Amino acid sequence: MSDRKTQPPRTTFRTRGLTKVYGEGAAAVHALRGVDLEVPEGEIVVLLGPSGSGKSTLLNILGGLDRASDGEAFFQDQNLSEMSDRALTMYRRDHVGFVFQFYNLMPSLTAFENVELVTEIAENPMEADRALQLVGLGERVNHFPAQMSGGEQQRVAIARAVAKNPTVLFCDEPTGALDSATGRAVLHVINDINRELGATVMIVTHAAATAQMAHRVIHFADGAIRSVTENDTRVSPDEIAW
Amino acid sequence: MRALDRKLLRDMWRIKGQAGAIAVVVAVGVLLQVMMSGMISSLEETRATYYERYRLADVFAPVTRAPQKMLTRLAEIPGVAAVEGRVQGGALVDIVGQDLPVRAQVLSLPEWRNPWLNDVYLSEGQRPRIGRTDEVLLLRSFARAHDLALGDVLSATLYGSKRTFRIVGIAQSPEFLFTTAPGELVPDDARFAVLWLNAEALEAAFDLKGAFNEALLSLERGADVAPVLTAVDSLLDRYGGLGAYALEDQVSNRFLSEEIKGLKATSKAVPPIFMGVAAFLLYIVVSRMVSAEREQIGLIKAFGYTDTEVSLHYFKLVVSIALAGAALGCLGGVWAGRALAGLYQALYHLPFLVFRVDPSSFASGVLISVLAAVVGGVSVLRQVFALTPAVAMRPPAPADYSKSGALTAALKTWLDQPSRMVLRRVLRNPGRIFGAVIGIAAGMGLSSAQMSVMSGFNDVLDTTYGVIDRSDVAVTFFEQMPDKTAFDLAHLPGVIEVEPIRAVGAVLRNGTESYRGSVTGLVENARLNRAVDADHADIAMPDNGIVLAKSLADTLGIGAGDTVSVDVLEGRRPVLELRVARIAETLMGAPAFMHIEALNRALGEPGRISGAYMRVDAGAYPALFSALKDVPSVAGVTRKNDARAAMKKLMDEGAGTMRYVMALIAGVITFGIVYNSARISFGEQSRDLASLRVMGFTQGEAAFILLGELAIVVLLALPIGVLLGYGLSYLVAAGFSTDLYQIPTGFRPEAFGVAGTAVVMAALISGWLVKREIERVDLVATLKTRE
Ligand SMILES: Nc1ncnc2c1ncn2[C@@H]1O[C@H](COP(=O)(O)OP(=O)(O)O)[C@@H](O)[C@H]1O
Ligand SMILES: [Mg+2]
Repeated sequence: MSDRKTQPPRTTFRTRGLTKVYGEGAAAVHALRGVDLEVPEGEIVVLLGPSGSGKSTLLNILGGLDRASDGEAFFQDQNLSEMSDRALTMYRRDHVGFVFQFYNLMPSLTAFENVELVTEIAENPMEADRALQLVGLGERVNHFPAQMSGGEQQRVAIARAVAKNPTVLFCDEPTGALDSATGRAVLHVINDINRELGATVMIVTHAAATAQMAHRVIHFADGAIRSVTENDTRVSPDEIAW
Repeated sequence: MRALDRKLLRDMWRIKGQAGAIAVVVAVGVLLQVMMSGMISSLEETRATYYERYRLADVFAPVTRAPQKMLTRLAEIPGVAAVEGRVQGGALVDIVGQDLPVRAQVLSLPEWRNPWLNDVYLSEGQRPRIGRTDEVLLLRSFARAHDLALGDVLSATLYGSKRTFRIVGIAQSPEFLFTTAPGELVPDDARFAVLWLNAEALEAAFDLKGAFNEALLSLERGADVAPVLTAVDSLLDRYGGLGAYALEDQVSNRFLSEEIKGLKATSKAVPPIFMGVAAFLLYIVVSRMVSAEREQIGLIKAFGYTDTEVSLHYFKLVVSIALAGAALGCLGGVWAGRALAGLYQALYHLPFLVFRVDPSSFASGVLISVLAAVVGGVSVLRQVFALTPAVAMRPPAPADYSKSGALTAALKTWLDQPSRMVLRRVLRNPGRIFGAVIGIAAGMGLSSAQMSVMSGFNDVLDTTYGVIDRSDVAVTFFEQMPDKTAFDLAHLPGVIEVEPIRAVGAVLRNGTESYRGSVTGLVENARLNRAVDADHADIAMPDNGIVLAKSLADTLGIGAGDTVSVDVLEGRRPVLELRVARIAETLMGAPAFMHIEALNRALGEPGRISGAYMRVDAGAYPALFSALKDVPSVAGVTRKNDARAAMKKLMDEGAGTMRYVMALIAGVITFGIVYNSARISFGEQSRDLASLRVMGFTQGEAAFILLGELAIVVLLALPIGVLLGYGLSYLVAAGFSTDLYQIPTGFRPEAFGVAGTAVVMAALISGWLVKREIERVDLVATLKTRE
């Protein structure tokens, strides 16, 4: 955490000519058209861009859910493109936390148990209680997803993602299904986690205002990066204007 | 067409795979129902037509020798429609290339007219010409078994004199659908011949000029048979009447009835199981469909469609699937029933087949399938009613597991989260899990019951031909012989041991219950043909009294210590009152045993024997058989292994074939349900599985969630399957047990082992198939969709 200020920042992700093509021939969709990118460790990076521009595709490849058609993607010094399926699974298990727009909680497990689902298999997890405290869900830990509001469910999803002490946290439109107050609270939690755990965070959103909390903002269009801006002054999520 | 109906068609098209699979299950159920009932009613109809067309008698009255004029007296008995007298007797037929002479029954045919009763169906050739004494009709099944054809010459020994006959016709007869040699239990086409001769020739051969030794009677429609039997017996008594009996007790007819009874027993058990399975599958499919379409349902309701209209929409879907299946099943059933009836026609030696489908079997097939659909559909319709438009329009809430939470929270300390997910799912859907468990258990029960019965059959063979009968060859004499004949047999080539018996035909009675069978006199310390108790220990023959087979004791409703009345049908035909000393364990036939000397004493014929069991040096058979051909008193020789083989064949054919078919079908259902449960749970949880994979669970770990559920289902199904199978095996065994054999029931680990292994294999294969699908899941695509 404080290391970042004293030592030169390490790179969490580095990509070279990353390309993704879905389908073949006339029906081929070029979701990524050669993405070159560096993500320094410990930063919050926000990806902005129109719908269909390839943001999710990039996130999924970096998160080890999908494979690039061409180009290279490095996590630290490991080449994700060359990893076996098994190695990708282990990469996700040990390093990656995911938060999606639609929570994707296990309906048959309580909030607490959903978090334990991860702590049971991770290499270096925190206590499930602590993860739930981080997201401000102290009391409702024994409720099932069906008994919780959308914001609460999303906070459980975040707790579940961070409980493994992830190296990177991917959030694909985490506030997309939430009202603004709840969305702001969720972003707050993500911000805290970056600060307290030092995790690198990548957030996809099309709410441009979210960019104000990022260290770095990547503008995406048509499968390629249009521009990258670094924020000199970051705004706390509480102050973001929606 | 209305918009909703168009949606219906499109929905059907969309789920065509599943709908097709369910329709096929319904179809198989209906097919079995229509096929079995069609086959049974065809067999019964054919039998009735055959009997009627060839005027099979209603009453058979064997007698020693009665003058022709008695036929008029018999015709005067109230209720009697027609009377025929004939001459019949035993013979030995020599077949070229056969080392054993074959026993035969010879029957007279009136020369100048067709028989009034028990006519024959001439399948080839013609009847013996008038005045010819050397021409015979031969029973077709026997001719087939020995490749005998028109024009072939047959040599036969009648009443001690050897003569040759030319085969001029091949005949079938309703009287001899199954042929069983006297004194034997098992019908065997090859080992018993039936020959028809001109009456005069036969009367001469048996020294019965102007007389008959069997009267056949037919009754007027609706006439009661019992008083006729009594009247016939009293008329023929002074001519040596051997006891009249009804068609119901006639060997061949009785046999066919038992076969049909076995087929009926099978046909009752199976179709309902299929329908239950179909109802279950329909329920699952439609219920998934409704929950997937909740938004659409909400929308339709918001437009102003009523609950009933919306329900009707889904109801139509269910009923259409069921009706399509039923239609398919009816068509297939008629086709399969006809094919199968054809097979049975050949097996039962019926000259033609009257194919008839009971129209009510269509009706009941369709009705049952619609009922199954309704049962499957109704619980789903409740879900449709419960959906309010508002609820339906909201995004799907996570399935509510809060009710099952408390129960498993207690297990927290020793269950990890994936196990808890499995357990909660099971507890949340107990109805569905229960359905799958019952379905699998039913399939397993059905197949294990069929297999139990099959291995019960092996017990019948082993006990009868291994424990009770330890001889190699059995010999019967034409008439009773002095006991020194046994010593003569002992000197024949290869004979190691001879054990004489005395068997007499008898009717055993207890009050109104009676059984037409025989009493066998056994020597002291019998070794080759024994009476044994339930532990297979020898039963010593009492000095007085009689030992009854359990089946016979049950028929008569009598036990050890009671008294049985025995009308002996031979010699001076005494009526004996005997105390039942012991009950013997037998699995074939219904024999009664006495001490040979006690029996002879009662008959007033000391030192007589009627046959013998022999142990023979295996290499000496040909020499022994050719020597036996020259012993004039020998009426029949039976190699035990032939009898055993005939019995085995009998068990495997006919009603037995159905057992294999049923066991197979049961296996297929079991696999279908196991695979379907795995598929459904995969379909419902693919999103959860994808989430797990995203979190870094391996494919194997994710598969555990699915396979854990499958494992629980299978583990629950196994013991229930054993219980069902055990219960069902009693029903099936009872259905298949006949006069001829009794299938022992009991717990047969091997049957359950095989059936259980099949279930576990089905689970493993299904698990493997589903696991492969998990490997193919596109994580990103699955998570992107909202549900
Ligand atoms: N599995 C897929 N198959 C085919 N095309 C896809 C698939 N996933 C995404 N795409 C296409 O790739 C492009 C980028 O999609 P995505 O990365 O989801 O965009 P974004 O997240 O920026 O909205 C879109 O045109 C989308 O239609
Ligand atoms: Mg996206």
